[in-house]
Amino acid sequence: MDLAVRLRSAVVLAGHYPLLAGADLDVDAGEILVVRGPNGAGKTSLLRALAGLLPLSAGEATVLGLDPSANARQLRPLIGLLGHRNGLYEDLDALQNVRFAAAAARRPRPEAGEALERLGLSGRTICLPVGTLSAGQRRRVALANLLVRQPRLWLLDEPHAGLDVEHRVLLDDLLAEACQAGATVVLASHEERDWGPLAPREVAMSGGTVIDGLLGPVPSIAPSEVPSVA
Amino acid sequence: MWRDALVVAGKDLRIEGRAKVALNQVGPYALVVLLLFGFAFDEDRPLLVQAAPGLFWVAVLFSAVLAVQRSFSLETSDGAIDGLRLSRLEPAGIFLGKVAAVALQLLVLQALLVMGVVVLFHSRLSGGALLALTALASTVGLATAGVVYAAVSMSLRARETLLPLLLAPVLAPIVLAATEAWRSALRLSNADGWRWVGLLACFAAIYAAGGTLCFGTLMEEQ
Repeated sequence: MDLAVRLRSAVVLAGHYPLLAGADLDVDAGEILVVRGPNGAGKTSLLRALAGLLPLSAGEATVLGLDPSANARQLRPLIGLLGHRNGLYEDLDALQNVRFAAAAARRPRPEAGEALERLGLSGRTICLPVGTLSAGQRRRVALANLLVRQPRLWLLDEPHAGLDVEHRVLLDDLLAEACQAGATVVLASHEERDWGPLAPREVAMSGGTVIDGLLGPVPSIAPSEVPSVA
Repeated sequence: MWRDALVVAGKDLRIEGRAKVALNQVGPYALVVLLLFGFAFDEDRPLLVQAAPGLFWVAVLFSAVLAVQRSFSLETSDGAIDGLRLSRLEPAGIFLGKVAAVALQLLVLQALLVMGVVVLFHSRLSGGALLALTALASTVGLATAGVVYAAVSMSLRARETLLPLLLAPVLAPIVLAATEAWRSALRLSNADGWRWVGLLACFAAIYAAGGTLCFGTLMEEQ
């Protein structure tokens, strides 16, 4: 199977501090990979480096067959990144936000409404300014933004944060469907849950490196660092 | 590029249409600035009339800084800038869209401030074409230079306080040239106002060209 992501000895520096300290990672095309690890392990930096938003100081990266630094203009439109922040415009309503995401991705406008509906948002809710919505609803609007872009590589940082049980299941279904359609998903989380049904493979991160193939609970996560599950 | 500019400008203006920050906050702020100048020079009415063009453009400068800051805080407050960087929008289109939205807001604001100058400073308007073209060239210059420097400062800490510091010296030539052109239009000086308009147009063209070419690189520096 083709590799969607190939990282070798990837180093990302913030000043002199290594955010990634020689990370190695392979992700198969069409795979859902969960990246686990405590706060500060480098999960967010890994996702941003894969998106080409953080340049490598050393090492090699190939994402969807492209170099994230040299081919940024070709690669970035193929990527959907959901970070800790939702990337929404608070004064616009949900529909306007997703329509803008659709226009920016050169997708047809009607797909915006469909994407919101797929995330369980419709009626009056999508006409309210996003700033007035609940945290879970805002997260779903952000996911609709991603859905409408139809990315080939989904990079998700704690995507379940703030979602209730019903919508956590919905998100899992959505990711499974995306993979069936050929997309690849890299999902960073420090949640303790059984990822098996969604993602056959988990890797752990620690100190800016990827511990490949490590399954089961990640050691050294303090209970206070584990978010409560809604 | 032009389609992308329309998409971005439409989004920014839609946000302003909803939030009304320029209308409800920046506009009243600029009027208060004019009012304070009026109080400060009230004892010397002829001096106030003479200084009116300069005071007007200083008020516009303050407003431009706020408008540009607001335009970029929209992108940084919830991380929407990442969405722009990962989109299919051309950086030049994003730049021109931001410039168009800021410029349109500044033009509306100037219409409001002109009324303020007439009412508070008792200025008599004349030289309509020169006034209008000066306003247009200055606005494009303020918006283009403002958006370029806002992009430069976007990744910096304390950017809210740093941006006015960066912008004031850069925009000062616009304020000086626009003041001279308006003084000529209002028959407060014998200088040739059209020469100043030419200078303003050159300034605007240089920043528009530079911003269009460099905005992609500036966005990468986040």
